Amino acid sequence: MTNSNGKLNRRSFLKVSALAGGGMMLSFNLLAGCKPNSEETLGLPKEWFRLNGFIKVGENGLVTLMSPNPEGGQNIKTSMPLIVAEELDADWTKVVVEQAPLDTDNFTRQFIGGSQAIRTGWTVLRTAGATARHLLIQAAAQTWKVEASEITTEPGFLVHKSSGKKAHFGEMASLAATLPVPEEVPLKEISQFRLIGKSHKNVEAKNIVTGKPLFGIDYKKAGMLYAMIIHPPAHGMKLKSFDGAAAKNLPGVRDIFQIKSHQDDYERTFFDTTSFTDLVAIVGNSTWEVMNAKKAVRVEWEPFSTYEEKRDWGGRKENRTIPGQLESEPEQRLKMAESSKKARTVRKDGDPESAFISAAKVIERTYNGPFLAHNCMEPMNFFAHVQGDKVDCAGPLQKPELTEQALSSRLEIPVENISIEMTRLGGGYGRRSYAHWLIEAAVISQKVNAPVKLIYTREDDMTGGIYRPMYQATYRAALDKDNNLIGFHVNAGGLVEPPLYANRFPAGAVEHYWAEEWTVPSNITVGSFRAPRSNFIAAAEQSFLDEVAEAAGKDPIDFRLELLQKAKDKPVGENNDYDAERFSKVLELLKEKANWGQAPTGISRGVSAYFCHNSYAAQVVDLKVKNGQVEVEKVIQAVDCGLVVNPDAAKNLCEGAAIDGIGTALFGELKFENGVPDRSNFDRYRMIRMTEAPKAIETYFVENQLDPTGLGEPAYPPVFAALANALYQATGKRLYDQPFAKQLEDLS
Amino acid sequence: MAIFNLNINGKSQQVDADPNTPMLWVLRDHLDLVGTKFGCGIAQCGACTIHMDGNAVRSCQLPVSSAQDSQITTIEGLSEAGDHPVQKAWMEHDVPQCGYCQAGQIMTAAALLQQNPNPSEEEIENAMNGNICRCGTYTRIKAAVITASQNL
Ligand code: FES
Ligand code: FES
Repeated sequence: MTNSNGKLNRRSFLKVSALAGGGMMLSFNLLAGCKPNSEETLGLPKEWFRLNGFIKVGENGLVTLMSPNPEGGQNIKTSMPLIVAEELDADWTKVVVEQAPLDTDNFTRQFIGGSQAIRTGWTVLRTAGATARHLLIQAAAQTWKVEASEITTEPGFLVHKSSGKKAHFGEMASLAATLPVPEEVPLKEISQFRLIGKSHKNVEAKNIVTGKPLFGIDYKKAGMLYAMIIHPPAHGMKLKSFDGAAAKNLPGVRDIFQIKSHQDDYERTFFDTTSFTDLVAIVGNSTWEVMNAKKAVRVEWEPFSTYEEKRDWGGRKENRTIPGQLESEPEQRLKMAESSKKARTVRKDGDPESAFISAAKVIERTYNGPFLAHNCMEPMNFFAHVQGDKVDCAGPLQKPELTEQALSSRLEIPVENISIEMTRLGGGYGRRSYAHWLIEAAVISQKVNAPVKLIYTREDDMTGGIYRPMYQATYRAALDKDNNLIGFHVNAGGLVEPPLYANRFPAGAVEHYWAEEWTVPSNITVGSFRAPRSNFIAAAEQSFLDEVAEAAGKDPIDFRLELLQKAKDKPVGENNDYDAERFSKVLELLKEKANWGQAPTGISRGVSAYFCHNSYAAQVVDLKVKNGQVEVEKVIQAVDCGLVVNPDAAKNLCEGAAIDGIGTALFGELKFENGVPDRSNFDRYRMIRMTEAPKAIETYFVENQLDPTGLGEPAYPPVFAALANALYQATGKRLYDQPFAKQLEDLS
Repeated sequence: MAIFNLNINGKSQQVDADPNTPMLWVLRDHLDLVGTKFGCGIAQCGACTIHMDGNAVRSCQLPVSSAQDSQITTIEGLSEAGDHPVQKAWMEHDVPQCGYCQAGQIMTAAALLQQNPNPSEEEIENAMNGNICRCGTYTRIKAAVITASQNL
């Protein structure tokens, strides 16, 4: 057995009186989070006994497991409690799952981002379960007057074999809740797992398919008013004045006023990105009435001048210049071209300049990626109720702890007086990390002195900023006369952030390697987007490597494997942040599963592989192109994310990543003209639909017993290039600029 | 404002609303039936799909004044116990990721199967094409519709 003293916050193991867990149970999210039938078969207990921050046991044996992180479709509301249940040895059919609120005393890292919930939660969740199991065993030992070491557990039960005594967890829970918490507990061996590694259905499936209120937009409180905002129509504009007189007379309208989401001198941290600080708010009795009133408000806007924004990037202070101008795409491109000439070197191995001079063949290609809108299907929204110096909020967000701090600073109310209930997210993909709408909702609630739900229309959502940056990358490869890759150069940048990960493959596998990056300042607000940076750089790099392999006359998989072999045998440089062995295994698994080299007749294939979020993913895309239309027949993917906690759900995530990636690569784009986004709803922002989705997807996991790593993002970035490489096979044309569908039209 | 008599999920309901109010908001704000979702408001995403006399319609485009003499079914009323073959198939295939689009997907699928109990893959794709899923659950949706058609 492995021992764990966990890095748990000690306070999470302080005993709370049994009563603290009782009462108030039928809140918005508790029974909403039940697994089918658990409470129906056992009934609700009369009393809950809290064994630690994650676990409450009812006297009847029903177990409540808290899911600490917000759920946005990654299925962690099932898989995180599943890990706790494993070590607790709970009977999964007698478990209900409850979404924890933001609770910094009991939980750490309660956020969504970077595909890290399971990876960083792994030991914490296991320790929580094992500790509670230990307490139950101690309680049974005291009650039965036997040695604790003689007691074993079966799902939901404590067993003393020699005396034949057996009790369900509920029978020992009240005593267990009073016992001292151990400093160290043993954890199970992987071979002892009963739950992890087997597929378990989504705990919320029934609630989703029956339309239960789960999402922030569904939230409702007595006396609640509805609110919407009007933001400037263009980046680079600010509010000048507004006239709400006519709108105010419309039915159901309560109030129209100006709000400010951050004070002017506010020092912003990572996720305090706000496209527009000054807004007009409309409050009324129903969504429709507010929507109508919104159209009747007359607003004047004016361009803002260049200003400085104070930033604190986790201790690194910066004064960022936000240029005052109304930007258009052609100038943005010119600026990017200019900036790429003034790039700064982030990594250099060997002597790349000489390698390129001595090369037998040099290949150079430039790749472009447009701005992308997140387009979560649930538009941005939040509920807030400010009463004096107390704030209650509820809704979908990814970084509650950071947002709470920003809200505290905006309202000058201490964080202790703020509570944030986390509802299910109708998609996040990074967008809900920038929770300015929570602050807007609270400021509106404070002004009207009532509970308020703020809802963005789709147009507010899509034109409100926080986009995937606009990116560009130029690659050069040097081949010697024997077609060995001797030099590799990447110059990549973006508006406003760069896409590069300089220490990833093929760094470490090429003798002479050079990575440079640059940025262009802009007032277009950008931010995290599913697999930030990787979502572009993987597309560019993996398309380029395909072309280099071709120029070298090598099979694209063998070419990568050959490079990985070099990285294994004689790695170049120090900081290579991937494991070449694991990377090769994924490609080998894919090669086997896809029958690489034997594409079905009439089918064109492309391959790609990438490492990000501590996991490895590789894909083969099989497709046909008919009259300029892409028909994706199949995606075959191999993934190494360590131990797979919940296999079928993990597959679902990877399937989604492949579909979403193909859709974004084919159609995703947003441009600016004089600061105005050129699309604002799904009529012009094309999303992948069922007729365009792959007809079949096969997902294979590398079987290993390594601690689990990220899964929500890793399969997303590589599929862009697998698609591009397959399209090249089908059309004979290399595609360098996303979205690809547009380029295909230009071709045909 | 005016009073409208509606038949929703087999129950008579009265609402006092502006005649132009889309059924989407009548359901969500007036009647607390929030299973029907707002995604785009312009008939492009299908999140708001309900049944009107058995046909799948976009409730964001259906004014309350036009819904009066019809039988309206929402996701909450598709089955009493959440055991409509489509709902069961959705659970069997563990379709949802974030889940936000799924009520609309299920309502579209249920209407399709009512009219065409044995659709081909192509018919399924075409019928479901108006429903967007950003999470990318399309392959599972298709598999679930096929399963549901076999269990009707
Ligand atoms: S909300 Fe009605 S179709 Fe999108
Ligand atoms: S499941 Fe998230 S949008 Fe479909």
